[in-house]
Amino acid sequence: MENIEARVKKIVAEQLGVNEAEVKIDSSFVDDLGADSLDTVELVMALEEEFECEIPDEEAEKITTVQQAVDYVTAHLNK
Amino acid sequence: MSKRRVVVTGLGHVSPVGNDVTSGWANLLAGKSGITTITRFDASDIACQVAGEVKGFDISQYISAKDARRMDVFIHYGIAAALQAVADSGLDDVPGLDKTRVGVNIGSGIGGLPLIEETGVARHEGGIRKIGPFFIPGSLINMVAGHVSILKGYQGPSYGIVSACTTGAHCIGDAARVIQYGDADVMVAGGAEGTISSLAVGGFAAMKALSTRNDDPATASRPWDKGRDGFVMGEGAGVLVLEEYEHAVKRGAKIYAELVGFGMSSDAHHITAPSAEGPARGVLNALRDAKLNPEDVQYVNAHGTSTPLGDANETNALKIAFGDHAKKLVVNSTKSMTGHLLGGAGGVEAIYSILAVHNQVSPPTINLHDQDIEGGCDLDYCANTARDMKIDVAISNSFGFGGTNGTLVFKRV
Repeated sequence: MENIEARVKKIVAEQLGVNEAEVKIDSSFVDDLGADSLDTVELVMALEEEFECEIPDEEAEKITTVQQAVDYVTAHLNK
Repeated sequence: MSKRRVVVTGLGHVSPVGNDVTSGWANLLAGKSGITTITRFDASDIACQVAGEVKGFDISQYISAKDARRMDVFIHYGIAAALQAVADSGLDDVPGLDKTRVGVNIGSGIGGLPLIEETGVARHEGGIRKIGPFFIPGSLINMVAGHVSILKGYQGPSYGIVSACTTGAHCIGDAARVIQYGDADVMVAGGAEGTISSLAVGGFAAMKALSTRNDDPATASRPWDKGRDGFVMGEGAGVLVLEEYEHAVKRGAKIYAELVGFGMSSDAHHITAPSAEGPARGVLNALRDAKLNPEDVQYVNAHGTSTPLGDANETNALKIAFGDHAKKLVVNSTKSMTGHLLGGAGGVEAIYSILAVHNQVSPPTINLHDQDIEGGCDLDYCANTARDMKIDVAISNSFGFGGTNGTLVFKRV
């Protein structure tokens, strides 16, 4: 679980060009980390790559915070 | 009504001979080639394995790594050259600069071909979901101008002309007209290219257009020499700050030269084979625009790509345009050192022409040891050694596939 959170934070930091320390569990990609609509699409692609999963568009739209990304990945890796 | 005058107040440049104007110009005068064996990708299965690659370039000096990752390399070069040119011009220090009167016209011949190639492979291997959201904005040709306008807040015209290897010259000439017409007071203008990739090199190689002198890269580009066997691809960008004369004088700007003429023409002949009449007409149109006679010109920065047909053809074109005066011209090919930057060529070569006027010196045409007199290449090409000379007027020629021609005329101020 912690491992997933760390990996998600690392990807978020890389993709959005922010320090990893700025990425909190409750950070919103758009409101707190300065992402635009294209950034969030690319971020989801990076998560798919990292965790070798496919996140459908309707699910991807609901992932707007680090917590939501961690939850999604955790739920789908456990399956 | 007399035309508004346009002068050059800033220069910026990334090329195989240097990542700024000062180092690039010094290397040109020293006759140093920027052509090497291709390192950017494995070219071992392509007939041509040499190119003028940009070396040691760091885009993070100009924009964030995050932004840089989302653009193909031609945009990097274009942004770097544009920001250098703006810094050189001192525009950032002008209090109350009316940014609605500043525009950008930077084009590219083929734009984001490497990113298109890469994305094509990703899609083929991983399916449609592997196409990233920055694929389109990262490869569109006008995005150099788009990014520069965003970075600098310039709200005037923003566009990029596409005309193969005449792109840079057309962008600069058209930008000057925007100023003359009164649509802007300052234009950041030039050309960029970054296509040292298997698809682009392979494509030109398929046309048998490229040199295959793989064993000796530095001598592969040898305009007007009997041993020439095709052009060598280069990459990079050349960008000028063009400014309305009174605007420049009023702020005490450094003026490199005046852009006094611009001419265009079409061969209306063949998609790739040149004609002599077309380029000659472009040169004459440019001189008419400049209100100058052929005898007023001393220096020609030639298209001079090192192809068997093209070099002889341009010589013929110059004879048609200049008559007897052609023999008195210094006709120089800086492509002998940079290779052919395609859409970026007109940009960097405008800079070299301006610096020739500004510094009263012609760079050499290197690798010219056995001049092809029998093939009709019988002008003074400033072989192998730079030459101090009086230059009041310099012209820069660019010719592109599709039979499109452009000539810029720069005058000493």
